[in-house]
Amino acid sequence: MGVEGIGARVARKEDKRFLTGKGRYTDDMSVPGMKYAIFVRSPHAHAKIKSIDATAAKAMPGVIDVLDGKQLTADGIGNLICGWMIHSKDGSPMKMGAWRPLADETVRYVGDAVAVVVADGVNEARDAAEAVIVDYDPLPVVTDPVKALADGQPQLHPEAPNNLIFDWELGDAAATDAAIAAAAHVTEVKILNNRLSPNAMEPRAALGIYDSGDDHYTCYTTSQNPHLARLVMSAFYNVAPENKLRVIAPDVGGGFGSKIYIYPEEIVCLWASKRTGVPVKWTCDRTEAFLTDAHGRDHVSTVKMAFDSSNKITALKVDTIANLGAYMSLFSSCVPTYLYATLLSGQYDIPAIHANVRTVYTNTAPVDAYRGAGRPEATYLLERTMETAARELGLSPAELRRINFIRTFPHQTPVIMNYDAGDYEASLNAAMAAADWDGFAARKAEAERRGMKRGIGMSCYIEACGLAPSSAVGSLGAGVGLWESAEVRVNAVGTIEVMTGSHSHGQGHETTFAQLVADRFGVPIDSVNIVHGDTDKVQMGMGTYGSRSGAVGMSAVAKALDKVEAKAKKIAAHLMEADESDIVIENGELKVAGTDKSVPWFQMALAAYTAHNLPAGMEPGLKEGAFYDPSNFTFPAGCYICEVEVDPDTGKTEIVQFVAADDFGNIINPMIVEGQVHGGLAQGIGQALLEGVHYDPDNGQLLTASYQDYAMPRADDLPSFKVSTSNTPCPNNPLGVKGCGEAGAIGSPPALINAITDAIGNNALTMPATPEKVWAAAHAAN
Amino acid sequence: MYQTNYHRPSSVQEAAKLMSGATEGKYLAGGMTLIATMKQRLAAASDLVDLRHIAEMKGITVNGRSVRIGAATTHHEVASSAELGAVCPAICALASHIGDPHVRHMGTIGGSIANNDPAADYPAAMLALDAKIITNSREIAAADFFTGLFETALDDGEIITAITFDAPAKVAYQKFPNPASRYAMAGVFVARRDNGDVRVAVTGAGSNGVFRHQGMEAALAGNWSPDAVGNVSVDASDLLTDLHASAAYRANLIKVMTKRAVAAA
Repeated sequence: MGVEGIGARVARKEDKRFLTGKGRYTDDMSVPGMKYAIFVRSPHAHAKIKSIDATAAKAMPGVIDVLDGKQLTADGIGNLICGWMIHSKDGSPMKMGAWRPLADETVRYVGDAVAVVVADGVNEARDAAEAVIVDYDPLPVVTDPVKALADGQPQLHPEAPNNLIFDWELGDAAATDAAIAAAAHVTEVKILNNRLSPNAMEPRAALGIYDSGDDHYTCYTTSQNPHLARLVMSAFYNVAPENKLRVIAPDVGGGFGSKIYIYPEEIVCLWASKRTGVPVKWTCDRTEAFLTDAHGRDHVSTVKMAFDSSNKITALKVDTIANLGAYMSLFSSCVPTYLYATLLSGQYDIPAIHANVRTVYTNTAPVDAYRGAGRPEATYLLERTMETAARELGLSPAELRRINFIRTFPHQTPVIMNYDAGDYEASLNAAMAAADWDGFAARKAEAERRGMKRGIGMSCYIEACGLAPSSAVGSLGAGVGLWESAEVRVNAVGTIEVMTGSHSHGQGHETTFAQLVADRFGVPIDSVNIVHGDTDKVQMGMGTYGSRSGAVGMSAVAKALDKVEAKAKKIAAHLMEADESDIVIENGELKVAGTDKSVPWFQMALAAYTAHNLPAGMEPGLKEGAFYDPSNFTFPAGCYICEVEVDPDTGKTEIVQFVAADDFGNIINPMIVEGQVHGGLAQGIGQALLEGVHYDPDNGQLLTASYQDYAMPRADDLPSFKVSTSNTPCPNNPLGVKGCGEAGAIGSPPALINAITDAIGNNALTMPATPEKVWAAAHAAN
Repeated sequence: MYQTNYHRPSSVQEAAKLMSGATEGKYLAGGMTLIATMKQRLAAASDLVDLRHIAEMKGITVNGRSVRIGAATTHHEVASSAELGAVCPAICALASHIGDPHVRHMGTIGGSIANNDPAADYPAAMLALDAKIITNSREIAAADFFTGLFETALDDGEIITAITFDAPAKVAYQKFPNPASRYAMAGVFVARRDNGDVRVAVTGAGSNGVFRHQGMEAALAGNWSPDAVGNVSVDASDLLTDLHASAAYRANLIKVMTKRAVAAA
């Protein structure tokens, strides 16, 4: 590697514009004649729409038009869909209820859009939106997923009796039950995984521009995957054919999954632009974001883990009810199934696993992937269960894990996944050493003298990243392939542009992808530009989520670089009258190995474009593309250890130490990896300690619709993290990378809850572990 | 935000006159609650009369133990006043934990007590310090000022110009913040004068806003020590239950915060 190549701690190229206020986000976009949209949203969680009267609103100053769901339906705009088919265990397909971009008959959660006002300014649009008279006939409401399944509850969609979307299973039920029956010990736990609001710093936004001259649409939007947005809006929502629709996701300020999906607002802005003849921009406010961004998690599970007399796990049985909210969001069905149950083996050799998952409609916002997506739910369940079992069996948490670690690879789990590489004991040992686990007893005694309860907890997580082998996910129900694309364009002066189908919304691709090129050709990263986020500039790609940009997106770049390298060497060999197999590329020069002959990189590039002296039959130019379809998931894993002090008088938890020892395979930029881990830890700690979406169960009103009531983690809630990495390179992609974007959020919640329950001596604690809950649990234990 | 007319008077008299001429006017005394509420369209003032630029309403004067704080003094100014810190450090510490730096540089003491948010910090200080609320027409004892949730004894158009109090010998404020908003989930201001008079004022927990806890005061008057709090019972039936904390938990917090305040005083 050079100073800017793979493994170098290079400062982020994109930060100059972010830190100097020069970032260009969707809301920064302005085009001539642009007008503003405000949505009229349902104040009811469940109601029939009897009528909508926009007469007064249309007559208000500055109002261009008010459009409703009946007009949208009449114009043939399709339903929003879930793009991953899951079949119930009886073979029937999932029960997908209709989700209209603007509700035309029924509203099903508070915030459901019923109409849109387009006006000269945001304030005029808001005034008019308040003047739209919607006559609702309120219906009974259900927000709790367990209750929603019972008889006699409010029914959300006629397609889904008892609100059941699917009843799905994975694994061998008979073998699992038999092992549990024969077990020396069975640990039983009930696990709740709290609902979260994603809270990206930049709220969602969309700008729809219809050009009647070309019958062409442009959509600026806050998307993690603009090509997927174009595909779905063309193929399913009937907005426009792909060649008549350009989707641009410019700078995007955080996604965490919530910006994967195609929401009603961008569809409506495009449609409204055609209806009104003006460009239409909408920017979400924070209250709307709480109401309408897809939430995460929200599982209720029961677990049985069976052990033999030598404390080896013999079986795991899981029953989960997952709340999907009022409608099935784009990838909602795969999160509690193939991104969840497939990870239930964790880092452990478990011979038999059975998971049953029921997904449910309720009168709440749709639920979909949120940082980790299914894997945090699996990890929390498994690692809380392991901790509980260790306590019941009288073993140290590390000992029980060591007894059960998978130690040989590849390892086929009973739940689809084939782990390719890993060294779980190495991470465990690294974490325990960094945390000074052996010194804990002394620290606990010292805390006790101060009247504080000190606890320590660990979590050994595994996740599946690098989504995903296309044929594998296709066979499991995915509506798309999950490969990635790249095009590498060497300019005539030797500078390089890389078009990637990945999308950066905080990850630092403009730096790390450039490091990959710098590493290969020895050129400075400043001579490499990464182009992404525009369907007119970049070939079809699948975007960024599931920690896939390194393992899949960069692998596509690496493949394209292979082709560029091969052609560059041919040109250089020709110019120097050498054999191409003797050409090496070092420090921006193409050299003939073992001689002093060399051609600078730029001169080779110029030769490619002047085409005055190329090998016979070679096409001019130097531009290569590649598609990369992974052969397997990647499997980052690690061990997190959290140490807390609980104030027994108030129940307040202070995190006194947090250690993360991760195995991400090879690392492109350690500084960016550390940043990803820090951010993930903050979100995981947020889930465990602070965050939780609450609806009023009687009327479905969102009670946590602002930061006054939804507790986000802040700097003073968090300790300085001790992070480290070990490396078992991924054998299944050319770079040996695994992915690091979600690990922090996946591994941290159980470590924290294990630590608090250790401190207070009571295992019955749910997330978020608010001071009151901890105080009550601590006192119940005494 | 609905359309509104902004006014910046330079005297109390001018402010009162502007208000009397407005149809649905509101005084703006920092706006840390009001502006956010207006942005959400939950308040619709026809006119905003800004009190932050009236010289006679600004500044802190300390004379012996006698304190006067102009109503338009910001939380930051209170927090960082050395002369105030010398006689009543608890009110400086209290101000230093209100909101964040932006809020502390905009929000004012007058604005806070006029709003009387049941979880705000200053009302507890006013009650425990036996402060007088000075307005453009009269003086109101703190005991008579805070009349309910977001309710005060202020008449329409009346302007708080200053607050005054004699600094007690021992003071301390302890707050247990709501993890989301960082407002007080229970905040206790304790004050003990040389004559043995003890006041314990509680914010963030009462279902009718800030209040004095007679049981605590009696126990601490007899024995000014954290141990004296242990046997005092706090009746949860008058306390708030919400998404963040039950009345029973708040009752516990009142005891713990009182104990810690006494220890810190």
